[in-house]
Amino acid sequence: MTTDLPTTAPTVLEVRSLSVEFALRGGTFTAARDVGFKLQAGRTLCLVGESGSGKSVTARAMMQLIDAPGRIARGNIMLGGAGAPVDIATLNPRGEAIRAIRGRRIGMIFQEPMSSLSPVHTIGAQIVEVLRLHLKMDAKQARARTIELLRQVEIPDPERNIDRYTFEFSGGMRQRAMIAMALACNPQVLIADEPTTALDVTTQAEVLDLISRMQRELGMAMLLITHDMGVVAEVADDVAVMYRGKIVEAGPVDEVFHNARHPYTRRLLSSVLKLERTSELKQAPAAAAAEPILSVRDLGKVYQPRKSLLSRTPKVAVKAVDGVSFDLMAGESLGIVGESGSGKTTLGRLILRIVEPTDGAVTYRPQSGAPIDVRGLDKQGLRNLHQQVRLIFQDPFASLNPRMTVRQIIADPLVVNRIASGAALEARVSELLGMVGLDPAVMERYPHAFSGGQRQRIGIARALALNPRILIADEATSALDVSIRSQMLDLLLELQQRLGLSFLFISHDIGVVRYFCDRVAVMRRGKIVEIGAAETICTAPEHPYTKALISAVPHPDPRHKRMRTRTHLDA
Amino acid sequence: MLSFILKRVLYMVPTLIGMSLVSFFIIQLPPGDFLTSLISAIADSGQSLDSATVAALTAQYGLDQPFYVQYWKWISGILFRGDFGWSFDWGQPVSKLIWDRMGITLFVSTLSLILIWAVALPIGIYSAVKRYSIGDHIFTLLGFIGLAIPTFIMALVLMYVSYKFLGQSVGGLFSPEYQDAPWSWAKLWDLCLHLWIPIVVIATNSTAALIRVMRANLSDELNKPYVVTARAKGLSEFTLIMRYPVRIALNPFISTIGWVLPALISGVTITAIVLNLPMAGPLLLRALVSQDMYLAGAFILLMSVLTLVGMLISDILLAVLDPRIRLQ
Repeated sequence: MTTDLPTTAPTVLEVRSLSVEFALRGGTFTAARDVGFKLQAGRTLCLVGESGSGKSVTARAMMQLIDAPGRIARGNIMLGGAGAPVDIATLNPRGEAIRAIRGRRIGMIFQEPMSSLSPVHTIGAQIVEVLRLHLKMDAKQARARTIELLRQVEIPDPERNIDRYTFEFSGGMRQRAMIAMALACNPQVLIADEPTTALDVTTQAEVLDLISRMQRELGMAMLLITHDMGVVAEVADDVAVMYRGKIVEAGPVDEVFHNARHPYTRRLLSSVLKLERTSELKQAPAAAAAEPILSVRDLGKVYQPRKSLLSRTPKVAVKAVDGVSFDLMAGESLGIVGESGSGKTTLGRLILRIVEPTDGAVTYRPQSGAPIDVRGLDKQGLRNLHQQVRLIFQDPFASLNPRMTVRQIIADPLVVNRIASGAALEARVSELLGMVGLDPAVMERYPHAFSGGQRQRIGIARALALNPRILIADEATSALDVSIRSQMLDLLLELQQRLGLSFLFISHDIGVVRYFCDRVAVMRRGKIVEIGAAETICTAPEHPYTKALISAVPHPDPRHKRMRTRTHLDA
Repeated sequence: MLSFILKRVLYMVPTLIGMSLVSFFIIQLPPGDFLTSLISAIADSGQSLDSATVAALTAQYGLDQPFYVQYWKWISGILFRGDFGWSFDWGQPVSKLIWDRMGITLFVSTLSLILIWAVALPIGIYSAVKRYSIGDHIFTLLGFIGLAIPTFIMALVLMYVSYKFLGQSVGGLFSPEYQDAPWSWAKLWDLCLHLWIPIVVIATNSTAALIRVMRANLSDELNKPYVVTARAKGLSEFTLIMRYPVRIALNPFISTIGWVLPALISGVTITAIVLNLPMAGPLLLRALVSQDMYLAGAFILLMSVLTLVGMLISDILLAVLDPRIRLQ
């Protein structure tokens, strides 16, 4: 265990009062101010903070990788070890001295394993390059070493996979290849910038396991940048909390989690811990007598392969959603959890027939009148349905038209359906903005003037414009920072109680689902493997897949690390 | 890879058939046919054609038959006998007229294309990497000037300069004394002296456009995360830029080959007329004006084929360059 190492382990890299500035038109913006920390051999320091806190900039400064107009304004970055210590802060970012350090003495892993690797070069070529550059290996040696590295990072069949391209790899495999690349020259320091943020929880657990194992084996000092307190608790020896460019709190992991002194750290921890249980705002779910408002039976979507004249290998049909059945009760929140590719997003679209289902039935029960068979609806019928069942999207930046004002965005469904105009429209938009906690005076502004959380509120207001009865929220809080995430969930809970809404809440985040939902359905490979009360699924799951999934979720308490004892799912 | 190429070639067949139909339809579109313009031309000169001769000519060329019969006569001649028909205007077989012209056109076009690439690529890369530097601004200015100058004016100016200050005979591809002489080193040198004007004139416009394309493509790529990854490996700036972003920014560049080829042939008509070059453009123009339908049809068809071949070349190059396309 790394935690057993003496805290007197040799310091490999020390950052002293580092400041990074960006020259802007209206003066300078200081992204990191007076940052200082030490990296010790064999220990992991987690730099944690929300978006915009300056943690990535700090990490990049350590390799002189800051893009113009940013620059290191003050401070030292002392890299020790063999020979005289070097101050990286004084090196020329284009110079030979820093290039000999990059990839050789400091390795770096990035967040997006897809876009951080070149799509047009093989995995092997990108790793071989590092070996040839720094260790002066010839082509054959480098290839043999690369295969060895790929084997170390547990990529199956490395002899074959070395010649494949990134797009033929899954996200987890790509990140493994990235790790192999960063570790190719046995660096003294490993910097990992949100290495698992883009991965599913089970993959995240595997990759984190791998990183800490490699770190222990090679005795590297590691700096791990993350926004996820759960990940911090699982892997950190020491923690530094960044807030608005400054380190506001630093210390051993147990100290920071259980004895936080700075108010920001406490606030961050409490919003994380809040999502570890069911919301207090949540009232007892409506009586079991409630009618299902939406019934889904054996719903399926099969993507037939395109017939090709010349291809020899027959392609198989993909079952994106396969025989899914559930009932959504009036006033209930049903969570749909699953990893990427499990079919949860497609399911949401099938219900609204944005994607046409190939099998099964969807029945919607309106407030008055007979149940509606959604699959039999004509265009006008579907339009009416879409007024009552609405979507909230994941990306608050991409789902709002940047050329429309907030008023136009929120009023759009009302205008399209010819429900209101003129003063009535204005009044309704004001009311909706008030409902989601925004000042109605902002309605003339454009989306770019708002933060991520505020934009998501605008998206919610738009979804509410037509007085829907069901909201399908597809990863509605995934793009938000943790403190804003719980605010958003509280808003949705409050709206649910006020307006009697039913939610279909699609998410990969178990914490969010547990906080928000009454019941949870777990999806895997297009099927629902388990469905039940949220608390039961999260604490005592029955299906082996659910067990593996729940146990892979990092637990934000360093005294109770969950991942170390997680259940592995065999094939 | 082989199956990819085979597939592409097979896809070309129906496209070609469609294009030949459209070409034939287009040359049939203007009211009347060659015979009517011939009759009126003869009538203008005070003579007249007796109706028997007219009927004989009509029957010979099948002008009284329905569209599909005429089309079949035309296309089967091309396919099976390499016979593109008869040019009424020149009184020669079309095939005899076009190959010379096509050869020279392809020669000049290819040279221009090479010049375009050789100039546009490095400048585009420089402009993108050193964006908003003085060098970039200068090249941008030159690029816009190059885009804005009409080719014929540039041709005239270059001809004047060449004649006045370099003392060369201008126009055409050879000086009069070499026009019919057998090939020799002296003749080749003479060709080079003549060739630079059309090539520079033809290349300027496209070069300016491609610099802009390359600069925009590469600017986008330079900010991609994989560039930072490459930098974090310790590669030198030059190596990493050439190896990663430039390689990817080349994709849209190569896609342009498809339309660059035919554009070079039909687009330089004015230049060819001004410089009196024996290229395809002027001949095509004249054929269209005089309703010399088989000659015009042959050119339109050949240009469509060239477009397709250009597309095929760019597709194959793209597949070689980008595994994502190859492995789809």
